[in-house]
Amino acid sequence: MLRSAPGALLVVLVACGSQVRSTATSPPPPDAPKLDLPESWIDPEDDLPHGITRTPADRRAALDNPAATPIVVRGATILTATGAKYAGGVIVLEGGHITYVGKGPVETPAGATVIDGQGKFVTPGIIDAHSHLGVYAAPGAGATSDGNEMVAPVTAQARAEYGYWPQDPQIPRAMAGGVTTALILPGSANLIGGRGFTVQMKPGVTSDDVAFPGAPPTIKMACGENPKRVYGAKGGPQTRMAEYAAFRAAFADAAAYDAKWRGYQRARTAWLAKRARAAELDAAAAAAGKPGRVKVEAAPEPPARDLGKDTLAAVLRGEVLVQIHCYRADELAKMVDIADEYGFQIRSFHHALEAYKVRERLIAHGIAINTWADWWGFKLEAFDGIPENAGLYTESGGRATIHSDSAIGIQRLNQEAAKALASARAAGLVITDDQALRWITANPAWVLGIDDVTGTLEVGKRADVVVWSGDPFSVYSKAEDVVVGGELLYQRGAGRPETDYELGNSAGDRGAEGK
Amino acid sequence: MRGAAPLGLVTVAVAATLAVAPRPARADTIAIVGATVYTRPDRKLDDATVVIVDGKITAVGAGVAVPAGATRIDGTGKIVTAGLIEADSSLGLVTVDAEPSANDGAPALDADKVHAAFRVVDAYDADALTIPVARAGGVTSAVAVPRGALVAGQSAWFTLADGVTADDAVAAPAAMHASLGNAASDASGGSRGRAIEMLRALLDDAATYARTRSAYDRNQSRELAADRLDLEALQPVLRGRLPLVVAAESEGDIRAALRLAKQRKLRLAISGGTEAWKVADELARAGVAVILDPTDNLPRRLEAPDVRDDNAAVLAAAGVPVAIATMGDPDAARTIRQLAGNAVADGMPWAQALAALTTVPAALYGVKDRGTVEKGQVADVVVWSGDPLELSSRAEVVIIGGVVQSLVTHQTELFDRYR
Repeated sequence: MLRSAPGALLVVLVACGSQVRSTATSPPPPDAPKLDLPESWIDPEDDLPHGITRTPADRRAALDNPAATPIVVRGATILTATGAKYAGGVIVLEGGHITYVGKGPVETPAGATVIDGQGKFVTPGIIDAHSHLGVYAAPGAGATSDGNEMVAPVTAQARAEYGYWPQDPQIPRAMAGGVTTALILPGSANLIGGRGFTVQMKPGVTSDDVAFPGAPPTIKMACGENPKRVYGAKGGPQTRMAEYAAFRAAFADAAAYDAKWRGYQRARTAWLAKRARAAELDAAAAAAGKPGRVKVEAAPEPPARDLGKDTLAAVLRGEVLVQIHCYRADELAKMVDIADEYGFQIRSFHHALEAYKVRERLIAHGIAINTWADWWGFKLEAFDGIPENAGLYTESGGRATIHSDSAIGIQRLNQEAAKALASARAAGLVITDDQALRWITANPAWVLGIDDVTGTLEVGKRADVVVWSGDPFSVYSKAEDVVVGGELLYQRGAGRPETDYELGNSAGDRGAEGK
Repeated sequence: MRGAAPLGLVTVAVAATLAVAPRPARADTIAIVGATVYTRPDRKLDDATVVIVDGKITAVGAGVAVPAGATRIDGTGKIVTAGLIEADSSLGLVTVDAEPSANDGAPALDADKVHAAFRVVDAYDADALTIPVARAGGVTSAVAVPRGALVAGQSAWFTLADGVTADDAVAAPAAMHASLGNAASDASGGSRGRAIEMLRALLDDAATYARTRSAYDRNQSRELAADRLDLEALQPVLRGRLPLVVAAESEGDIRAALRLAKQRKLRLAISGGTEAWKVADELARAGVAVILDPTDNLPRRLEAPDVRDDNAAVLAAAGVPVAIATMGDPDAARTIRQLAGNAVADGMPWAQALAALTTVPAALYGVKDRGTVEKGQVADVVVWSGDPLELSSRAEVVIIGGVVQSLVTHQTELFDRYR
């Protein structure tokens, strides 16, 4: 993905000609036509313009980290989130990925940081499939409120990445809670709020520093109370009736836009062939010493570029992981119907407090849910939330995650999973510890489309690892060591990384972390 | 049925009785036998028996005899504590936060800044579906607190027992509630200093009013800072009988509240208090309690950026009475024990964390007969499957006023329907 150049800038560069083109990070190949557009017509700065095919390069980008020095944890209880569990196990991290996990014996690589894991637990880094860190940063103020573009119900052109403040003081706190990866989403004011941003949970100076390498694109949508509350008095949608109509209209428009561009591409391909043939004929004529030039009409005009529709067209082509905020069972089902009508797949529903009522149907569609352990009741569409939601979904064979949607909750997702586990078991559901761990590791990795590189502790997976002071499902346990992409970025007792905002803060100087 | 008290704990005959009693009002004789009992947060009895007669605890200890005819609850392997008390709640006031028609907790959204006369009891919905959910989580009492503006009004302490009505408050008023800081300065004209000035003027005028009531009634008084009912309502605060709970986050506002309380000899408590750790010694010397959420560690308020993870631990170590609460989240009342567990993880001694959910709120609001499992106390008692602050533990039996409570809720019935 070309993360540095906003669309408008790149268009200017391309329009200015070849001498500045070399400054763009992906220059066209030398034999590319010198005319108007690059061959890939869809949003050249798009994350994955050719669809969500995970390439070896994507994986290498996530798995290799030259800045990582070897780390070994010995003697800990290792919970891998694959079903395997090693008591007194060893895990070796080198070059940004896991090179050994098991019971040992295994040699300590030269220069490794060795962590004594006696009495401790090791898990994959926690992944939060729903966060607004960085786009709703602390301190909470209008100045840091960048998560909801509340000017129109469809703002597919917006991107959480553009609003993400990588110095948000909430970030090191989430990291200290064992979170290594999160999906940063636009808020739920809009039906289609924009693209999400998959991040490594660590402070950075620019969003490039923290982007999860090679993560597929995502988009945030929302149905129900929030959009109608925001737009009811601002031209609508005022009702759910109009919300679903607006979704369908947006996808119908995107389909038409897609068709228009496909038509243009066909016309342009034909025109290029015609021009090439004309050139051949001209050359042949010239070789024969004949005058004359074959006339070729002007190149077809490209349709106007619309960044929002680019994204929605990409959704229709299955190139974007669709993430939908939705609470009520009837609305979950309606969104499934709309996705079926327009031929796209929903990756996961977020919040989904009534998913348990329609779980068979959602599971049959291969849709994951991201939900809470015990949030409910704060609005009417949340009134039927039950603490067994994740348990029921899991027991029925579905993929569930426990997400935070909260800068407080993200600091203890292990506890939230523990509560959901306790609720499920108290209700008689059979959920294993490993399944509960997957709620906050492997399953959100799948929701984000990066489960091939993170979310479990396996050889060859990314070194996103947490060492806990005790059982991660205990309220008393703390993340002691947090490794993000092979780098030991947090050690309890040494203090959290301080963000720029907190420098000089007396709480920080006095060890705000608490000991 | 899942929501009811587990049959293994309560004898079958009694469980059957409970199932048919729609509104259990009669307090039976109950004996919890063989449990680990925390009579107070720092006092543990092993293999003890708790006897409850007519709603009161009549005996606690090892080897205490079970009265004839008592409902016997097997406490083997269980932990018994006093029922948890949420010291700063919106239960009964806010049922659906986003719906104005189900949200009566903030009376002060109008231009009027002082609502001392507002009484939570007049707005309390004892049938809110949020209440059984909290109760099933081992919360047996909650102080319903009004919010917003400079002075929001008078809270009320209710038990969460089935059958309670708005007429059954344990303490009403429980306290007067005011706020300083950004929220109050919005209501008072843009400066935090102005909010303190207005609060001082209000208390001055309330004192003036008390001295000059007859002149006031003859309309021979200067204009006072609030209406008659508000000035009347402030009298118990001025006399030091009713606690004044001031919502304040910043060190500066907490210090201002301390000055005001000292000057006026008020019974002060602080709620919120993200920077209270900076004033810990002064709070301890003044005997001022702090009601807080120990997980609130984000520098999200520009007025109070100095946040610590171990605010509760620092305060408790200095000798400040700390109560732990959701700070008004009616849906999350059952999570107060998790909040307390986190305070422990951040350095607060376990007994003080349990006290923050039991004895400290009781003392803060002057409710002397609840909050402990001691002889003579009202029997608000919970039998836990394990450590009450631990996430895997459940409230297995909840007794309020000596009555074993139903644990059926909106949520358990939904589960049963869609299982």
